[in-house]
Amino acid sequence: MPGVLVWAEVVDGGLASIAKELLAAGRPVAQALGEPLALALPTPREAPAVREAGLFGADVVYVAESPLLREPHPDYHLLALQGVVQQVKPSAVLLGKTPLGVVVGPRLAARLGVGMAQDVISLRIEGGALIAERPVYGGNAIARVALRQRPFVVTVRPKAFDPPEPTPGRSPPFQTVPLTLSPESVKVQVLERRPVETKGIRLEDARVVVAGGRGLGGPEPFAQLEELARLLGGAVGASRAVCDAGWLPYHYQIGLTGKTITADLYIAVAISGASQHMAGIATVKNIVAINKDPDAPIFQDARFGVVGDWRKVLPAFTDEVRKLLRQ
Amino acid sequence: MPLTIVVTAKQVLDPETPASALQIDHARKRMVAPPTVPPVVNGYDENAVEAALRIKDALGAANVKVTVLSVGKAFVMDVIKKPLSMGADELVLVQDEVCDALDAFGTARVLAAAIRQMGSVDLVLSGRQASDWDQAQVPLILAELLGLPCVHITRKVEIKDRSVVVERVLPDGVEVVRAPLPALVTVSSELGQPRYPTLRGIMASTRKQPVIRKVADLGLSPADLAPKVEVLDLYVPVRQRRCEFIPGETDEEKGRNLAQRLREAKLI
Repeated sequence: MPGVLVWAEVVDGGLASIAKELLAAGRPVAQALGEPLALALPTPREAPAVREAGLFGADVVYVAESPLLREPHPDYHLLALQGVVQQVKPSAVLLGKTPLGVVVGPRLAARLGVGMAQDVISLRIEGGALIAERPVYGGNAIARVALRQRPFVVTVRPKAFDPPEPTPGRSPPFQTVPLTLSPESVKVQVLERRPVETKGIRLEDARVVVAGGRGLGGPEPFAQLEELARLLGGAVGASRAVCDAGWLPYHYQIGLTGKTITADLYIAVAISGASQHMAGIATVKNIVAINKDPDAPIFQDARFGVVGDWRKVLPAFTDEVRKLLRQ
Repeated sequence: MPLTIVVTAKQVLDPETPASALQIDHARKRMVAPPTVPPVVNGYDENAVEAALRIKDALGAANVKVTVLSVGKAFVMDVIKKPLSMGADELVLVQDEVCDALDAFGTARVLAAAIRQMGSVDLVLSGRQASDWDQAQVPLILAELLGLPCVHITRKVEIKDRSVVVERVLPDGVEVVRAPLPALVTVSSELGQPRYPTLRGIMASTRKQPVIRKVADLGLSPADLAPKVEVLDLYVPVRQRRCEFIPGETDEEKGRNLAQRLREAKLI
């Protein structure tokens, strides 16, 4: 009974959303292989995540206990996961496409001498192989790839799967995995962490996001976007071109190599909608686009569109929003 | 002994090519641009070249040797020589028919063999990912094959006392980390714009000829490079959304109508 093994990430002792999504992604794979769905946790056994693992569908739980796993240092997590894989000998290993997963996944695969697929949005078993789909060419195409050597190793794109509904009352067996991690086990040493200070709402948590693109022509117009975002209780974001040009710092960047947002309403001002950008707003249902080019690709994904000059559209729109909100 | 830096670089389809001009070549399982659009050096790899040249600037030109290494079936010389015109010292191309359809593991094996053949290398710099396949795997596998410590997605790379000190980019901040040399570091666009080739650089690069190797020269056989990941096919995702365009006589009126319409839809 090898199994499909999910390497979980933990936030404040509980399962991170990506861990739940991985359980959703792994369930059909486990079913097709006729093997259990296992969750490995880099937490102490008393962490709330251990209880949640059953709630969200794990059949068996492995606990890798070490204080060195508290921080997302990829080298420690790689060693821990390698230890779990040696013990469990799973048929598949699923990680999130997160800053941690994108490092640990390929390095684990290299150590095991198998191929892996990064950033997958779907996966299934067919003829004993794992078939995964992943966006390529900045999202302009989807590639279907086959992994045939076991364990299949993949990282799964956040928000590509909905977390499973919790099933109360399930308490799967759990095992601890003995680890011998010490600071001498790794060569990369963290000297300092400098968090960015974000004013107001985090982009990833905002219900409304107002974002600007290269078409704004410079950093100054973002003051107008700030104003609209403030009115709507939202946050400001930007395309990669804006950050590459130095108009805004990189933590504003939305897209394939920036942030993935889950807002209810996304207002894109002078953003053409390159696939690389759209990858960051794939799950946003209500995209509003303001762009002077009627052929801008963003209109293919927008629910509402205005073809016009943002210099004229945006102030009128903002004034009208202000009036409507006052009513 | 100068500090030896190897930068891995890939020639890719220009990611600025309009999506409407890209086509899928189903036989070769890749996207192709029209012949009028030349390829480019992968943008993140140019960032890695820039990181190497900043180290060269900081430590003095004579104290650092920057070698750019690329793997492929065919190169456009004017394109792949760009790092030389930016200021790199040497270009090594592993140019071979078998390099046309390598997967990440195969590419990493070729790079690892080429780097081992160079003798002692202090630092390997790579772009965080290639803009064609967006795999972000090759440098990580390469680090494993060479047994090097590895830091992924960075915006600043400095050499201090036989170690590399880097700023790693995370979604909510920056982590400063240190690794002993030799090490591998991947570089992201947060590093800042790569420098433009100077006229002097371009002149110098026309005189420099790349060192060209075959896979067999590296002691590898095609069987060593058999893909572990098979690409079955590619397709263009269908976008089904029908956009409702907001009417109006003027742009201002469209703006006001948009607010009204969003109100009706209970979105604001």
